[in-house]
Amino acid sequence: MTATLTLPERPPTLKAESKNLDFYYGSFRALKSVTMPVYEHKVTALIGPSGCGKSTYLRCYNRMHDLYPGNRYEGSIDLHPDQVNVLHPSVDPIEVRMRVSMVFQKPNPFPKSIFENVVYGLRVRGEKSRSFLEDKVESALKDAALWDEVKDRLDEVAVNLSGGQQQRLCIARSLATDPEILLFDEPTSALDPIATGSIEELISAIKNQVTILIVTHNMQQAARVSDFVAYMYLGELIEFGETREIFMKPKRRETEDYITGRFG
Amino acid sequence: MSAAVSSRTQTLRAMIRSHKRWDAAFGVLGLLAMMVGVLTLAALFTNMAVDGIPRLTGDFFTSFPSRRAGQAGILSAWVGSVLVMIVTALFAVPVGIAGAVYLEEYAKKNWFTDVIEINITNLAGVPSIVYGLLALGLFVYVFGLGQSILTAGLTLGLLILPIVIVTTRESLRAIPQHVREGAYACGATQWQVVRDHLLPYGTPGILTGVIIALSRAIGETAPIITIGALTFIAFLPPVPFAGDPPAGPFDWLFSPFTVMPIQIFNWTSRPDPAFHQNAAAASFVLVFMTLGMNAVAIWLRYRLRKNIKW
Repeated sequence: MTATLTLPERPPTLKAESKNLDFYYGSFRALKSVTMPVYEHKVTALIGPSGCGKSTYLRCYNRMHDLYPGNRYEGSIDLHPDQVNVLHPSVDPIEVRMRVSMVFQKPNPFPKSIFENVVYGLRVRGEKSRSFLEDKVESALKDAALWDEVKDRLDEVAVNLSGGQQQRLCIARSLATDPEILLFDEPTSALDPIATGSIEELISAIKNQVTILIVTHNMQQAARVSDFVAYMYLGELIEFGETREIFMKPKRRETEDYITGRFG
Repeated sequence: MSAAVSSRTQTLRAMIRSHKRWDAAFGVLGLLAMMVGVLTLAALFTNMAVDGIPRLTGDFFTSFPSRRAGQAGILSAWVGSVLVMIVTALFAVPVGIAGAVYLEEYAKKNWFTDVIEINITNLAGVPSIVYGLLALGLFVYVFGLGQSILTAGLTLGLLILPIVIVTTRESLRAIPQHVREGAYACGATQWQVVRDHLLPYGTPGILTGVIIALSRAIGETAPIITIGALTFIAFLPPVPFAGDPPAGPFDWLFSPFTVMPIQIFNWTSRPDPAFHQNAAAASFVLVFMTLGMNAVAIWLRYRLRKNIKW
């Protein structure tokens, strides 16, 4: 770690960006003109107090809000390099979800076998070749650091796994489809510290394959896993920057108050 | 100091004792209430068993009804009941499940679906004779299906349709939203979510509902009488491709028929006590058919739910 050996990093390429993104639950404006970049193969953490809109923001990226009536988007989220606005009404939410996958707060494996859980995204895409599916299961489970624990019992029901294993299985389920962006919505808030540690290691390990956007309540977690941090408050983006900068010398007073624990 | 504590403790204990008297009183009351139900049923069942069991020979199951009580059997009745149940299930299960899936997953929630929802629940409470009258008008006269197995099956199917819809919706609602979200997040379409997740995970509840609905239908008498089932049938519906000339594959659907409750009703209304024995024996069989179906429902639910948890 001598300073002379540090090579200048390549400037990050843009993977996605939201522009003037507003979101409404009925008449309630939950996001206020959020403009923010997401860099390729980097981990971007969304932090902020409860109700600040960070999960709402995350769930715009795979159009999860479309599942419920009365929700409305304004503004855009462009995926790069092809510049598709995922929020545009002409873009099918199914297409968006095929490209942008998601891991939820509570592990939600299907009550099916471990194998069937991992391949579900591929089955939805019409993949039938048994050998292809088997290869994908192995590589996805290896990427999710779960292979050694489950390789002898792929036919067993996934819901019998521990909470941490279930969450890694859900990550494998997402990775199996080679998403461009992987969304994590507080993925460790239902897990114990050891399981949390393994998920965090995993996030750092997979960022060379996929761009990651993670919502977290835990500032240490944001500091440990992320390259960029966005601080949100009451539906607004207060500050966005490199993790080191945000934690060492935030530009905005509100950010500093929050990360030093004076507020929130 | 110690005197003060002890008097306080005593007051406390007296209060708890008096509260516990109510506890005990309600326990006794509840036990009595339960006994009224259980003992009455047990007495009825024993009475029926004592009267009926001597008549339960092999011949009883393989004989047609007869003028002589000793030779009469329930062949046409149980075959009729089984065939009617098959038609009922084939009609009510797919239609009911599809309707429930539509209402629960596809339909927009607005006043119109609210009205439909309330009315389906109300339909479950409509007296069965009303279904019989409807079926007589619609199936027998308008569609010209006759007083046949098909008519009876469709009538009972309509009768249990609300039950199938309501239980299916409840089992779908019991599937947590985060499982649906997980499937949608994989890029599944609505139909893929229904086919791959909701129906498989809902199956234990749906099957239980279907079987309980069928065990209600198998005992229904009023609507079957209304559509004009015969009480004395000394033949079986035509077996497909058998006989001379060979019967068509669907001829049995249009055959006249009788069912267990009607056979029982017929025997009970005769003056000769020997027929009452037959009625008791047939009732015993019908109760066992119902209990058997319920047992299958419980077993299926246990088997299928073992691997489904959230």
